[in-house]
Amino acid sequence: MRKKILFVSRRAPYGSSTARDAIDVALAASVYDQDIGYLFMDDGIFQLLKSQQSQGIDQKNISATLGAFALYDIENIYVHEESLKERGISIDELIFDNLQVLNNKSVTMLLNEQDQLMSF
Amino acid sequence: MIFSLAVYSAPYTSQASYTAYQFAKALLGQGHQLHRVFFYQDGVHNATGLAVPPQDEFDLHIAWQTLAKTHNLDLVVCIAAALKRGVIDAREAKRYNKASHNLTDGFSVSGLGQLIEAAAISDRLISFG
Repeated sequence: MRKKILFVSRRAPYGSSTARDAIDVALAASVYDQDIGYLFMDDGIFQLLKSQQSQGIDQKNISATLGAFALYDIENIYVHEESLKERGISIDELIFDNLQVLNNKSVTMLLNEQDQLMSF
Repeated sequence: MIFSLAVYSAPYTSQASYTAYQFAKALLGQGHQLHRVFFYQDGVHNATGLAVPPQDEFDLHIAWQTLAKTHNLDLVVCIAAALKRGVIDAREAKRYNKASHNLTDGFSVSGLGQLIEAAAISDRLISFG
């Protein structure tokens, strides 16, 4: 059964495994032919920054892992506008050229469209 | 209604696992169907058979086992999350040449696909932790 599943990733890329664990679930979901969206909000938007140098803490670069989304046909990628503003980050500092920037109201609508939400 | 639960936190440190257990009991008590409980991240620690909680504390490991037996539940542990945390079944212990194994009866190991399948099959997927 194909369902609309939205992943909501709200944690910073390093310091906890949660951001990476969420990506693993999304990649698995794409293999199972589900209709997937991926929303970055709160500290989750730090995952999208270009030029991460994670080798300094012996971690894999999470932005490189996110690059696999295209290979897995995860194309609906959203970023929360207010989270960007609160952190002083602009869209051109982020990886992905197909990011959809959503404000609070649009995020609410997006959440309401889903069959399942997976929040990490 | 068909439910599935996802448990992301270890028992004891956080109350999330216990709340998931109570939620499972409550929904079964109301006649709903529980398709699967999937343990991911630190949630895999629910499946160790070597935990010895103090006698005056609630034993969540036994509680899951009993609930699974009573209702014939599918308790699935994410294999990748479990292996790196030292929660391992007999087959994987043999494969990785480990001296011992500790997955409790009543739990099984499988991949993340089982979480996705649960999301696809169930009317509600509820996350804990």
